[in-house]
Amino acid sequence: MRAALTVARRELAGYFATPVATVFIVIFLVLAGALTFTLGNFFGRGQADLVPFFSFIPWLFLFLVPALTMRLWAEERRLGTIELLLTLPLPQWAAVLGKFLAAWAFCGIALALTFPLWITVNILGSPDNGVILSGYVGCLLVAGAYLALGAAVSALTRNQVIAFVIAVALCFLFAAAGSPVVTEFLDTRLPVLAEIARNLSVADRFGGFTRGIIAARDLIWFASFIGFFLFVNAVVLDHRKAD
Amino acid sequence: MAALIEIERLTKRFAGFTAVDDVSFSVERGEVLGFLGPNGAGKSTTMRMLAGFTPPTAGTARICGADVVEQPVEAKRSLGFLPEGAPTYPEMTVAGFLAFTGRIRGYRGSELADRTAHAMALTQLDGIRLQPIETLSKGFKRRVGLAQALLHDPPVLVLDEPTDGLDPNQKHEVRELIRRMAPEKAIVISTHILEEVGAVCTRAIIIARGKVVVDAPPSVLEERGSSLDDVFRRLTLGQEAT
Repeated sequence: MRAALTVARRELAGYFATPVATVFIVIFLVLAGALTFTLGNFFGRGQADLVPFFSFIPWLFLFLVPALTMRLWAEERRLGTIELLLTLPLPQWAAVLGKFLAAWAFCGIALALTFPLWITVNILGSPDNGVILSGYVGCLLVAGAYLALGAAVSALTRNQVIAFVIAVALCFLFAAAGSPVVTEFLDTRLPVLAEIARNLSVADRFGGFTRGIIAARDLIWFASFIGFFLFVNAVVLDHRKAD
Repeated sequence: MAALIEIERLTKRFAGFTAVDDVSFSVERGEVLGFLGPNGAGKSTTMRMLAGFTPPTAGTARICGADVVEQPVEAKRSLGFLPEGAPTYPEMTVAGFLAFTGRIRGYRGSELADRTAHAMALTQLDGIRLQPIETLSKGFKRRVGLAQALLHDPPVLVLDEPTDGLDPNQKHEVRELIRRMAPEKAIVISTHILEEVGAVCTRAIIIARGKVVVDAPPSVLEERGSSLDDVFRRLTLGQEAT
């Protein structure tokens, strides 16, 4: 675990030593703000809550998170540092976990920097801050799920463009699985699959958090999702590291 | 006592070809093994398997008795490895990078600081400790990689082309360093530079098309032809059966 934290610390410092951090955070904040105030109609709704902000998060992360993960392993391969990292005395899972934790912490920092929105609603009205906090927890879990998925894809290929496109496609699959378009279509044709699609949907799980409900089953769902893809990541890495 | 490095029938097959074919040898404490061969002969692949990076198709290697496949973390603790091309994280500073590898190896606090300082002193990196690695010349980058391999004073050193890209003075320094450490350790270095073998190695292995073609002290090798160059060419082009 200590080794994993050492890797995470190095990775996180790496984000901030390169333009990656600035570009990611600025674009994220601009898009999150713009979507909340325009499409989300933040002021016009006349309600003191962050629902418009939270509703865009899964879709925003859909593109931004794969942009973070596409370089996770591909970059190590390109620089050859994967050979250095994996010949240091640390178990392979520690390297996988360390990289994931760093990316997750980074997403957490980006989310925390949306605090002006929270201040704004608190000045304009009296929102339920518990619901807002649970919404943020949900955002972080969605980011974690996408990150785990994207990191596993990144271990699969040394081409960053391919890693990005496949990760976006897979994240979209899990984000859209619970949307009415998909489930209604499946309900009429293949009712069995509709239930499965609903159960796999990241957006459905996230919905509970934005309403202020932190349910154990949702937490377990996210934990298993992240755990499963970290495991896939470790297995893939073991098989393809030398390619 | 068993040899510090034991390589047993190590084989690596990639789709379509065999990169390393049934290679066995061992290296004792005090030996400096020069690992020679033309490009693509399987030198780096052998070293990567020894370092526990590439999983072997068959056979195994042990470092200080720890099997690189069965007990990878144990084996890697006793190993200092300089991968091909001396890869490092470009955005980190020299001191930051060395502290990172030291921390992974379990050093903390003043011991970490001592180890890092000692490794930088050995490889003459003191003057540039706070420079980002990406701003350094090729020779400095190579020495950062070398410092990383020496940081924990390992009993086994595996160095893939340690003097590549260094100027003649730096080459001399690195060879001196290897010679000084030699009595305490088992060292494997791969190189293209044949004079280096005569200068630092106590033993040379020439590998061609994945197989060991010769395993002898450099002095014995030289007696086989007019020069080491000549012997190397004849052995690796397969004109002499051994």
